[in-house]
Amino acid sequence: MSDASDDYDDDYGPGSDDGFGYESYEGSDYGDDGNDGFDDVKPESMKLKPYEVAYEVLSVGDIQRQQDKLIEQVASILGLSNQNAMSLLLFFKWNNDRLLEQYTEDPEGVLKKAGISIDDNEEFLYELKPVPGFFCDICCEDRKGLLTFALECGHRYCADCYRQYTTQKIVDEGESRNLTCAADCPVVMNDKSIQKIVEPAVYERYKTLLHRTFVLDNEHLIWCPAPNCEYAVKCDDVSAKDLTSVVPTVTCKCNHKFCFGCGLPDHQPSICALVSKWIKKCEDDSETANWISAHTKECPKCRATIEKNGGCNHMTCRKCKYEFCWICIGNWSEHGTSWYNCSRYDEKSGVDARDSQAKSRASLERYLHYYNRYANHEQSAKLDKDIFVRTEKKMTQLQSTSGMSWIEVQYLAQASAALQECRQTLKWTYAFAFYLERNNDTHIFEDNQQDLELAVENLSSLFGKPIQELAEIKVQVMDRTAYCNRRRENLLSDTAKGLAEGRWKYQVQIK
Amino acid sequence: MIGGFTKRLGRELNDLKSNPAVGISVFQADDFRIWLIDIKVMDDNPIYVGKKFRLQFRFAPTYPIEAPEVQFVASYGIEIPMHPHIYSNGHICLDVLGSGWSPVQTVASVSMSIQSMLAGNDRNERPPDDARYVAHAPISPKNTRFVYHDDSV
Repeated sequence: MSDASDDYDDDYGPGSDDGFGYESYEGSDYGDDGNDGFDDVKPESMKLKPYEVAYEVLSVGDIQRQQDKLIEQVASILGLSNQNAMSLLLFFKWNNDRLLEQYTEDPEGVLKKAGISIDDNEEFLYELKPVPGFFCDICCEDRKGLLTFALECGHRYCADCYRQYTTQKIVDEGESRNLTCAADCPVVMNDKSIQKIVEPAVYERYKTLLHRTFVLDNEHLIWCPAPNCEYAVKCDDVSAKDLTSVVPTVTCKCNHKFCFGCGLPDHQPSICALVSKWIKKCEDDSETANWISAHTKECPKCRATIEKNGGCNHMTCRKCKYEFCWICIGNWSEHGTSWYNCSRYDEKSGVDARDSQAKSRASLERYLHYYNRYANHEQSAKLDKDIFVRTEKKMTQLQSTSGMSWIEVQYLAQASAALQECRQTLKWTYAFAFYLERNNDTHIFEDNQQDLELAVENLSSLFGKPIQELAEIKVQVMDRTAYCNRRRENLLSDTAKGLAEGRWKYQVQIK
Repeated sequence: MIGGFTKRLGRELNDLKSNPAVGISVFQADDFRIWLIDIKVMDDNPIYVGKKFRLQFRFAPTYPIEAPEVQFVASYGIEIPMHPHIYSNGHICLDVLGSGWSPVQTVASVSMSIQSMLAGNDRNERPPDDARYVAHAPISPKNTRFVYHDDSV
């Protein structure tokens, strides 16, 4: 399995060969057989760009190994058995620093709280055995030869009851960390005792639950959110408080590219906080707001939205009974005798009302400006998927019509992938720009944005050409692809640097 | 295990009848699905003095691995006791009925827990969210994820 990482690299597509260090290979062994020999290998070309973070993709096997490593570490420091070290780690939600700190202060107290009873002499065997004269308090069975089971605490029940109890806790309640003795007793069931008592399938389930909590408890781990993907991503340098200064984008081995901070699909260069604000805003506003803007006015007094669907200009607000003129939004009483014929365009109340309405319209217009561009790229990104399919067809056609080899037509796949990626980035630049304060830095950002936009449209225009022409413009396509990637890199690098320096000023409060 | 469930309940019923705890009596236990247990608060707590309350136990074949469904029921001359952890529809917020259940608990031990919960109470009131809870409560109290507010009451 030592070539798994290479497979991944090839899948990535454009740029992977010119050193887009999209992932760190440090300390990650992709095989299932614990290959630690690669720990120190880090190629020169893998140097990170300003907008990239170091991370590794972990398989279930890797996660198991990480747990084992922690367990062994704790066991050797504290001189406990691996079983007890594991129970302690579960109790402390895999936080070994806190564990060691509290344990050195008060070992007995911690063990008691965690429900671990230590027998100094020998390891407890958790045997299933018949006990003479036994009576099970759970099912009231007292057959001769009945198999029984107990933990260190000695609360003994028949094996069937214990099995059912444990299975129910694991399968129905999804419990993995806090499985205790079947009696009202704090002694925990450790990995070994669970393996002894339950069916292998249930034990598997228990292990899965353990892995799940291991990842959930660790702020440097996250499951890949792609459906049916079983990998987790580890990112040691990023924690929750860093999310205002970095956009930690990672790519899983399944090729899904997402944000380590919030789990949403790649949203560089926008930071998570702005992304969630933007998504919420888009859910609230969008097209409805657009229609309201075009067809309604607000009551100048109570701000109720009013649609005029006929009748004269003398409006009476249903809500607050305020009377006003539809044309000038002024108070109706100031119209004097010129009823139903608004010529008094300079009434003070009318001017004020129009001012405040103009302001709300302007802010809506501003939002729609950004939203339309954002939505446009989102839509185009969806169309890109179709383009990609068509590209593949074109590539096969091109191979047969122009006599080009497979490797020679890869420029189309790369161009298509570049387009998709750039559009994804562009989309989020608009959400980011919406929240930016207007200043010189914002101007630079918008220049970068415009450059990328132009580069993308230039490449995109080549894409629609008929097949026979595609072969002729190969060099042009490749040039524009490279240019797109470079523009995107520039934009992301500059934004990332700005984030790290705290250069960007927002119009909204970021926690 | 299906057999174990009736065997266990049969034995519990025997114990309840032959060796009853003070203030706890079986009102009805005709089958192994629903039992009605009457409880009285034995000290002179003014809120409950001279009154009798009725608990309904519903058992599933998974008993006693899983907790029974327990609630107070009203009947002629029998009301739902006033208590800050007992809702007016009879649902009880008590941890042994949910996350605190263990298979060694019995009908008798649960009844006694509830009895002492009443005895220790000096507030003649319903839970603060009673109206809201009762309006939207699931039929079975086991489907409510109670947050066990505090164990002092």
